[in-house]
Amino acid sequence: MSVKTIAGVEVNVSEEGYLEDMSQWNEGIAKEIASEIGIELTPKHFEVLNFLREKTEAKEGLTIRSVGKSGIVNIKELYALFPKGPLKFSSKIAGIPKPTSCI
Amino acid sequence: MSTEKKPLEKVCLICAKGSLEDVYASLVMANGAVMEGIETNVFFTFFGLDGITKKAMNHLHTATTGNPAMRMPGGLPFPTMLGGLPGVESAVSGMMRKQMEALDMPPVDEFLEMITAGGGKIYACKLAVDMFKLEKKDLSDEVSDIITIGEFYEMCDGDRTQIIFT
Repeated sequence: MSVKTIAGVEVNVSEEGYLEDMSQWNEGIAKEIASEIGIELTPKHFEVLNFLREKTEAKEGLTIRSVGKSGIVNIKELYALFPKGPLKFSSKIAGIPKPTSCI
Repeated sequence: MSTEKKPLEKVCLICAKGSLEDVYASLVMANGAVMEGIETNVFFTFFGLDGITKKAMNHLHTATTGNPAMRMPGGLPFPTMLGGLPGVESAVSGMMRKQMEALDMPPVDEFLEMITAGGGKIYACKLAVDMFKLEKKDLSDEVSDIITIGEFYEMCDGDRTQIIFT
């Protein structure tokens, strides 16, 4: 674990850059992590991010399938929003732990 | 010595068997690769074709005879004689599918859609398709093409490519 300053806020991050404490997250942090990955966030991105955060708070396991059934985006749209990392990148930007699901 | 990481860029999977667990092994690995941003091609051949044949793909079975890893619920060994009784294989396979669904593993048709939604490609083996007297219309709509193994190998170029046979 290390401390990193993202968008002017000191946050605890894992070796791979995932936030250790999701309550330290804010939209500015999301935007900065996203731009490091090369993604520019739109309101649709934030809908997905908020969904991921709600599910994580409720301690529900996340899969791209569950996001695809959320009513926010289908799986193809999810890939379009977070290319090459539909669950990995979205989780990192949402300030939640690295996904442990294989699906 | 260089410590530079050389991540996989392409994964090519060959699914040649049609049991529930063989097809799902291929699908999970393919979908996992797509989710990691790795270019993914899957080639279904021989009995593996059941995994992309409309009529069969959502009714795959797991073998209840000749499968030493098969257990009764609770962990007791599964008697081979029991596995051969009519209906047992269907019932066991149905139970397996239910348990997989509980882990958010989708049915085969939906799994194929997930893979192609992320840009993964699904192919059928021409030789096997001819042998089983199938046509393109018998196969899942997610199948890009019916190709020869030679054509599949052409897709497996690149020095960060792995071919996985299940």
